Amino acid sequence: MNALIEVRGLDKAFGGVHAVEGVSFSVQAGQVYSVIGPNGAGKTTLFNLISGLYTPTSGEIRLNGESTARLEPNQLAERGLCRTFQQMQICMNMTAIENVMLGRHLKLKSNLFSTLFRLPSLLRDEQACRQRAKELMEFVGCGEYLDTDASAMSYGALKRLEIARALAAEPTLILLDEPAAGLNATETAALEVLIRKIAVQGTTVMLVEHDMKLVMGISDHLLVLNYGRVLADGTPAEIRQNPDVIAAYLGG
Amino acid sequence: MLNRFMQSRLRGLMVLAVILFSLPVFLSNPFHYELATQMAIIAGTVVGLNLLVGFAGQISLGHAGFFGLGAYFTGIMTGHYGWSAIPALVVGAILVGLIAWIVGRPILRLKGHYLSMATLAVGFIIAIIINNERQLTGGPDGMPVPVFDVFGWELSPFGTYSLFGIELNGSEAWYLFAAAVLLVAVWLAQNLIDSPIGRALRSVHGSEVAARVVGVNTARYKSLVFVISAVYASVMGGLYAHFQGFITPAVASFDFSIVLITMVVLGGMGSTMGVILGAVVLKLLPQILTHFQEMEAVMFGLILMLTMIFMPKGLLPTLQMAVSKRLKRRAGGQQ
Ligand SMILES: Nc1ncnc2c1ncn2[C@@H]1O[C@H](COP(=O)(O)OP(=O)(O)OP(=O)(O)O)[C@@H](O)[C@H]1O
Ligand SMILES: [Mg+2]
Repeated sequence: MNALIEVRGLDKAFGGVHAVEGVSFSVQAGQVYSVIGPNGAGKTTLFNLISGLYTPTSGEIRLNGESTARLEPNQLAERGLCRTFQQMQICMNMTAIENVMLGRHLKLKSNLFSTLFRLPSLLRDEQACRQRAKELMEFVGCGEYLDTDASAMSYGALKRLEIARALAAEPTLILLDEPAAGLNATETAALEVLIRKIAVQGTTVMLVEHDMKLVMGISDHLLVLNYGRVLADGTPAEIRQNPDVIAAYLGG
Repeated sequence: MLNRFMQSRLRGLMVLAVILFSLPVFLSNPFHYELATQMAIIAGTVVGLNLLVGFAGQISLGHAGFFGLGAYFTGIMTGHYGWSAIPALVVGAILVGLIAWIVGRPILRLKGHYLSMATLAVGFIIAIIINNERQLTGGPDGMPVPVFDVFGWELSPFGTYSLFGIELNGSEAWYLFAAAVLLVAVWLAQNLIDSPIGRALRSVHGSEVAARVVGVNTARYKSLVFVISAVYASVMGGLYAHFQGFITPAVASFDFSIVLITMVVLGGMGSTMGVILGAVVLKLLPQILTHFQEMEAVMFGLILMLTMIFMPKGLLPTLQMAVSKRLKRRAGGQQ
């Protein structure tokens, strides 16, 4: 079977610090694939490498067999990859729904002429886009915020809004970096339901998360990083019993 | 929902139209009209600059350069080569857009102070060229510009016209024309902002990282908005040249670039109506403070600084916030 993501010998150094070092793994389409590890293990760096925000010091990432080395984040988005951020990246100069509509950027024809003169074709597309964005906001549970300024929304709602924006791009692979961070128990439970719904739709999910209950319950496969290196790799059951993991992470 | 939004867009435009077309009630002499016409033309320039600065979060400290290029291109083509004004404006805008695209590609990779310096340099280079090309531009002495015409039909500040049976003198007619142009400029800008392209532009400001991961080619959009704002400046510069009938390199000067950017910052970055207010206020100020003529640059610098420290959102957004806060408080008090 051909992997959706294939990572070989990936390395990223910041000065002398190897944030990611010799990491190899692959993600099959349709999986919920989680990356766990202590603070500073290199999880976010790994996501930044996969999404093209960082260029690897060495090693290779293949998306559907294609090397991503020369691809910009927006070109990766064109190939179906989208993500959210541990440090939320919301456009605070827009309303909530505009943030989600931004997620549909690649689905929209953007013709300068029809834009400037606001031709009916543009209005039709915009209306459809808005409708879809509204559905997604309801899907992630922030349907009550449509025309609210993003800057006026609560932290939890913004986290869900960011997921809605990523989903708006209709990605085949979505990367979620600590979506449960800062959420209370109820919100986390809702998030779990949401991630399951995303996975059921056939979207491959890569997840970085510290909430072990969430991760263990939801993942098909886990990758454990420690000091930038792969400590273990397996199903939740395997990881739970892995003595290295217990010693380095779960136990501590 | 969409309907409501459309209405609110049109409402802003309508309010502006009412203000612009009822202003003549308060204008009693040609000098007032001249000032109001200049305001409208400069407001149009600032509306374009605001797309770059306020919405896309970039900066240009050389925008007078594009204004000056538009002014001189029109002046030269109509004056030396006998072109009609409209083709001169259009071809000028295309050329300036092209120039903006060529210089924009490399410099818009820069951020912050580096981008400021680079755009500043672009403005300086244009001003130097205009100053030195004496044969075409008249150098520091400036050059006369023929009367504005629409394929032979002339609009002169010294003519007399009639519109719907109303007698208008030339300065009144020019004001109405400039006001109409400003309305179109605002309408186009609003259409741009409230569109997929506009969201992409604003996302470059809001979160460039977010923009990139949802597929926005940020480099391309920065270039695009730089070109659009330069085209605005070029067209307005061309109109300004015809209206004034005489231009000097001051239209492309660093001082004027600073005036333009101060209008945007003072009025309210990202607020189209706000920057128009900024243009009006900063155009009026020197009239009121005539004694400070030599200190104009200092004054503008000071205004820029004070606004950024005490009113970072700008005049109109700050006023709007204050009003809505007061309304809310009053509504709360009644309960
Ligand atoms: N842009 C950067 N420049 C320099 N060092 C960096 C950079 N990004 C990450 N690092 C370093 O790389 C290491 C891994 O950081 P990373 O953010 O990937 O960890 P993480 O696993 O996501 O941690 P957390 O669970 O706290 O989010 C850390 O030591 C961090 O200081
Ligand atoms: Mg992290």
